[in-house]
Amino acid sequence: MTSFMPPADRIWWKVPVGRQEIIWIAIALVWCLILFFMMPYWHIYGKQNLSNEAYQTTPAKFGAKVQAMIDQYKVGEEAGIPIVKPPAGSDVYLLGRLWQWYPILDLEKDKTYRLHLSSMDWQHGFSLQPININIQVVPGYEMVITVTPDQAGEYGIVCNEYCGIGHHTMVGKLYVKE
Amino acid sequence: MAQFRTCPDTGLYFHKSAESLIKANAVVGAVFLLVAGILALLVTLTRWQAIHLLPADQFYMALTAHGIDALIFWIIFFEMAVLYVASSVLLRCRLATPYWGWVQFALMMVGSVMTNVAIFQGGSSVMMTSYVPMQAAPHFYLGLILFAVGALIGCFVFFGTLVVAKDEKTYEGSVPLVTFGAITAAIIAVFTIASGAIILVPTFLWSIGYISHIDAEMYRIIWWGLGHSSQQINVAAHVSIWYLIAGLVFGARPMSEKVSRAAFLLYIFFLQLASAHHILVDPGVSSEWKVFNTSYAMYLAVLASMIHGLTVPGSIEVAQRAKGLTNGMFEWLRKAPWDNPVFSGMFISLITFGFIGGITGVVMGTEQINLIIHNTIYVPAHFHATVVTGTTLAFMAITYFLIPVLFRRQMILPGLAKIQPYLFGGGMSILILFMLGAGTMGVSRRHWDMDFTGAALGFDYPGIAYTMMGIGAFGGVIGVLGGAAFLLVTVGSLLFGKKLEPSAGLLQSFGVPLAASCYSSTKPEILPMAPPLEHHDTTSFEAPGTFVLALLLLVSFVVYYFINWKYLASVWPLS
Amino acid sequence: MNETTNQPDEKKERIPAMQSLLDNPFLLLFIGVAMPTVFYLMWGIMEIVTIPVAP
Repeated sequence: MTSFMPPADRIWWKVPVGRQEIIWIAIALVWCLILFFMMPYWHIYGKQNLSNEAYQTTPAKFGAKVQAMIDQYKVGEEAGIPIVKPPAGSDVYLLGRLWQWYPILDLEKDKTYRLHLSSMDWQHGFSLQPININIQVVPGYEMVITVTPDQAGEYGIVCNEYCGIGHHTMVGKLYVKE
Repeated sequence: MAQFRTCPDTGLYFHKSAESLIKANAVVGAVFLLVAGILALLVTLTRWQAIHLLPADQFYMALTAHGIDALIFWIIFFEMAVLYVASSVLLRCRLATPYWGWVQFALMMVGSVMTNVAIFQGGSSVMMTSYVPMQAAPHFYLGLILFAVGALIGCFVFFGTLVVAKDEKTYEGSVPLVTFGAITAAIIAVFTIASGAIILVPTFLWSIGYISHIDAEMYRIIWWGLGHSSQQINVAAHVSIWYLIAGLVFGARPMSEKVSRAAFLLYIFFLQLASAHHILVDPGVSSEWKVFNTSYAMYLAVLASMIHGLTVPGSIEVAQRAKGLTNGMFEWLRKAPWDNPVFSGMFISLITFGFIGGITGVVMGTEQINLIIHNTIYVPAHFHATVVTGTTLAFMAITYFLIPVLFRRQMILPGLAKIQPYLFGGGMSILILFMLGAGTMGVSRRHWDMDFTGAALGFDYPGIAYTMMGIGAFGGVIGVLGGAAFLLVTVGSLLFGKKLEPSAGLLQSFGVPLAASCYSSTKPEILPMAPPLEHHDTTSFEAPGTFVLALLLLVSFVVYYFINWKYLASVWPLS
Repeated sequence: MNETTNQPDEKKERIPAMQSLLDNPFLLLFIGVAMPTVFYLMWGIMEIVTIPVAP
């Protein structure tokens, strides 16, 4: 009956707190600190951290970089989309636009690449499946992620940020070869 | 002269103008719940891949409207009612400036209808988030702005009522805990609405051509000050309702005023920082910003929720044990009134919010773990556990209490009301758990077709993902039935329930005051402090059963948290 | 807490600072708006506007 009445004591702040609550608060606080320190811990010892490297860009500027890479390293074509095999350790570029991921990247297993992501138009979601890595792709920003594919295979890139009526057709591809 | 009605059953005082406003806001909220529920059925039947009901354009339209009608319009209309109850009714005080209260109501009405019109005209299927540079019709944004201005006015009517209550000394000592929780909600609402204004006003001007460019990342950061904080209003509001129901049903008193209020204070300080949960895989924002904000500055708001998680059921246990239900750890819980929807709704809300909504929220709000969860269907699964089985079910539970007390109608279909919280909570829990599973397998949210029909390049989700989406959608259908049962019982009671007061007619159910003879100009008696507790032994464990439940929560939390780190460790190295 | 609750002599005691804070909704409102405005909004926007232009 007292949760909706004023506290029984005028100075309720000084009413002693029960042992049960104090113990629970102590346990919960320790857990909260563990939750917190796991993030910096993973930055130091973990292998999956998103880089902070990003640049302001424009669709034209980013598109030109993508095209330059394609011109230099194109090795084939699939469903009208160029397949590109840039050298291991290089900068690779992937753009999202209505409604495709462009181009198809062909990467080498266990080699490290600098993957640049940006959008030509609306926001898109880079969702690499089935490995399940998800990154927001925002027009006007070029994000650079250092990535080391450690499992070979054929991967789908699903767009998981709603981008209009053709959103569900926006699927890209990425190869990782031994 | 302010006129008050005393409820003959509960002794609560209703200020005439406040009473009308509470009714009007709650009823309109329920109308939006109805709309949102119908849309929920369409959305869930479309994502059930075997049925795949709507075509793509209608699906995205329905999903946009579902999000906005449920997450914003239903909940905030109802929260206006909660704010007026927590200030005027609980403090036995006249509502400050009822005129502005009606301005609140009118602006929110106009705004919510305008935005719905924009969506259903078809040119504004931009999802609730309306990320630029995708553009909606100007009146989509204008409706939201008007709605937000209305809600802001409502918050200030609430704060004004607190001032009046203090000046006119309508209560002794400090405000009740439930009112304090409502203050927390209103404070968060002010920040929410301010963020909304900062970003939606320029976006509206952009949509009519006065501004040429809105930066997409800037929009995301500021919009989420609105989008996520608005859900934090709900947390503060439904926790207050848990405390209120514990008091109403069990006569429970807070285990410690100091602890519960300090926990709300942590919400005021830190809860809103969690807007950063949505920015964790965005370009250009530093890890320092992400870590500090996503963790509510060292998880201090999580600490607060864990405290409420102990003190709310703990206060119930103490009250039950005082009544002699002292056998074993859980007699107090076993013999709780499980057939009273006010209690069962509240308790299911507490459990699902804590065990599912809370834990998944912290897990996916961890900076690095978000990489394997962002924008998958795991995200809507999480917030259905917080906002649907958490907030909405708590609001449903308190509505069952309000029908006789506020509306003066007897509830119809009591048998259906008894099972409604189980139907709704159970169905939604199935939806949530299986959507969590599908999200872990990478199924995208806000996506019309997981078969990618028509895509130049394909990708196949594993078969189990389809099964999970199917079972989840089936749970969603049960959840919708539970929601329909709620509306049938409540709206039916307002229309056909036995009148507990002869003048409680049809119009009275929608905000018209009762007969003049119900009200009197006599000032209510001063709200006294709660009666002192006879004895209080601070060294004993007053609520051992609750402590066991709390430890169970902690163990689930720890296990699930580290499972997700392990899962993260299996994906490609990134830096 | 004990049986002396609500006794008149208690009224002379000064209200602790934390309780006065919790009893002051407008101070709480200020803090509750200032905290996320500074740490979330302003800090976040600063991060965005200081992103370098792509080479």
